[in-house]
Amino acid sequence: MNAPLADPHPADAPRADAQFVTANLADVITFSSVDGPGNRFVVFLQGCNFDCIACHNPQTIATSAHHPVSVDALLPRIRRAAPFLSGITVSGGEATQQHEFVHHLFTAVKADPATAQLTCFVDSNGACDTSVWDDLAPVMDGAMIDLKCLNPSIHERMTGQPNDQVLASIRHLRAIDRLYEVRLLIMAGVNDDPILLQRTGEWLATVDPRLRLKVIAFRLHGARPHDPPLRETPRRRIDEVAAQMQAIAPFDVTLV
Amino acid sequence: MQDFIRRAQALAQDGALGYDQKVRRLAALATEAIPYPTLTAEAREALDARLICDLYEGPAPYTARYILPDYDKALRQGLQHLELEPPQDLDDALAFLQIMYAHVPSVTTYPVYLGDLDKILERFVPATMTDAELDRTLRRFWISIDRMVPDAFAHLDLGPHDSRITRSIFRVERSLRQAVPNITLKVDPAVTPDDLIEDGVRTVFETGKPHFVNHPMMVADHGEGYAAVSCYNSLKIGGGAHTLVRLNLKEAALRHQGTSETFLAAALPHWVELTAELAEARIRSLVEGQRFFATHWLATEGLIDIDKFSAMFGIFGLAECVNHLMALDGKANGGAGRYGHDLDADVLSIRVVERVAELVAARPMPYCEGGQGRCYLHSQGGIDLDDHVTAGTRIPVGDEPDLLQHITTCAPHHHLFAAGISDIFHVDETAVRNPQAMVDIIKGALDQGMRDFTFNLADNEFVRITGYLVRKSDLAKIADHGAVRHTSDQLAAGSEDAYHLTERTVQRVGCHERTPR
Repeated sequence: MNAPLADPHPADAPRADAQFVTANLADVITFSSVDGPGNRFVVFLQGCNFDCIACHNPQTIATSAHHPVSVDALLPRIRRAAPFLSGITVSGGEATQQHEFVHHLFTAVKADPATAQLTCFVDSNGACDTSVWDDLAPVMDGAMIDLKCLNPSIHERMTGQPNDQVLASIRHLRAIDRLYEVRLLIMAGVNDDPILLQRTGEWLATVDPRLRLKVIAFRLHGARPHDPPLRETPRRRIDEVAAQMQAIAPFDVTLV
Repeated sequence: MQDFIRRAQALAQDGALGYDQKVRRLAALATEAIPYPTLTAEAREALDARLICDLYEGPAPYTARYILPDYDKALRQGLQHLELEPPQDLDDALAFLQIMYAHVPSVTTYPVYLGDLDKILERFVPATMTDAELDRTLRRFWISIDRMVPDAFAHLDLGPHDSRITRSIFRVERSLRQAVPNITLKVDPAVTPDDLIEDGVRTVFETGKPHFVNHPMMVADHGEGYAAVSCYNSLKIGGGAHTLVRLNLKEAALRHQGTSETFLAAALPHWVELTAELAEARIRSLVEGQRFFATHWLATEGLIDIDKFSAMFGIFGLAECVNHLMALDGKANGGAGRYGHDLDADVLSIRVVERVAELVAARPMPYCEGGQGRCYLHSQGGIDLDDHVTAGTRIPVGDEPDLLQHITTCAPHHHLFAAGISDIFHVDETAVRNPQAMVDIIKGALDQGMRDFTFNLADNEFVRITGYLVRKSDLAKIADHGAVRHTSDQLAAGSEDAYHLTERTVQRVGCHERTPR
């Protein structure tokens, strides 16, 4: 399901009072070193518009599971951890599916003296209307976007959805200076064809030749069984992909 | 006498001890023939029951336990006793220090303090020297320290300012991966750059060192001239600690009939006084009996000053003490009302420590001008002979809550322990790819009042036992009855057996692929 095209918050319309806005929450992690720069408090929202074969948190896909949480309930937990953090990250599920809540949360974090120094990041699949990013931009410091595949039909096979919004999100976030990094999840034999990767690198170079790129090896941990069975991407393959990307443009590449 | 002969023979024949280690242990055994300083019957009974403890320093201390020579002064004025002129260049300075280390006494027989090396060596490093030359020189010195001072209690300090020497030492550390020396980085958020802390973090990933110490808090307690030494003690440079006595809070609580209120009001003053009596007897024996400060060259050449010394008053077993008092108060709640997991228990733990601090601060102590005539409070990291008693104020191994809760439980205690306290945090390896995350946590921990922050990777070859480091492979050798080089490895093997320290709860610093629920 895609985000509504109309701007849900015209500039002149008052927003709902933050304390009454609730999110459908999966879980939080107080300290994380793998969800953006520095140590971060991570909010995992429940519900995703993709259905990825590689998903390592498949229990967060369904929107039916419901654990409502308000900004007011989350803030004290963030405040307590704040002295130890670089920032907070909202992940999922898919964070932009509940972008109104994300906006309220970030606004509240920036307004509270105990948390105002924290950077606010979104970890997203990028499948939302670009107006969502415009809406978040005043309170969001950066977004980390997964690019599953440049090829639309392979993307659809991997996620159940087309990739036009993902590509538009990446380009738009760069244009409004909110793109922190793009992640390439490499699944050997699925999306790692060298010609495809070459085109992917060339396209990313048109977005930003110095882009921060994270090349991630697919791991079976957490993923659902699949027919035919999926296989883990060997480290050697990730090294090759990283080298290929670096030959295309002076990307800032990290491997996971 | 039969027992004495049996123990001497066992030491002489112990295949897991090297020659030097046998010499030292046999010498320690010999001093047991000397009568113990006179104690009251009550103190004697408590000592025999190990409710109060002298850490087996022996009945006739003939060196102060921890000595922090003023190495800077030594390098500037030379050493008469060792017939050394003040060095003129880096090679001479390192040779000077190496010789001096061989003659600095301590309870371990090895020096527990090797100097604030970045500061004392800075004037010997010319601007023309390249980093590669500096690394090569320090690397040779580093190998010498590890082989000639084979004891992980040997400790040096760096920071809080950035320095070429500190950067070089971290590079050498990462390339050599030795257990010795132990290292502390002094951190002052106002002057220590984040990328120096991060360099330290990267070094921890390789070697388990350094510790990160709260420089502003230390300066407030001791002045600028302090250092972290051994594992894990903070004392004055040019001074030190005569002795370390400990009160076993677990045993004190187990003997108590009543409530936590009567424990604080009546039982603690009694046990604190017996511990203080033990400290005073040992200090007088060292200073008046063996006349250490009147006779040792470090004192006569002005490199240590008795007025910068005090004694350390240690406590341990706080976790078991609090849990037992919670039971006496009827608040154990089927085991849920315990230290580190229950607000009432955590509040009680702070009241116990604050009460001990108040009593120690009210008890005058001779020859302790370094502590304004009082003992320094210390949270002893534990020794290999403690069985089923938690070190210092730590949360029991395996019972640690998540990292944030663990830090916020420990932090409120730290300001009370001028002579040092250590809690050790284990993080999973996802932190390796993001050292800035650990920098955030370290700075947060110091900001929240921790005196020192020590962490290690869960599956590192280097294991912190009670503050000092050993290599897992060396512990395995002892298990197989092979001799090892480091004296501290022998102690570690004992601690590992008693505490199962290598089974610490591993704290994930979060993980993207973690199942969120």
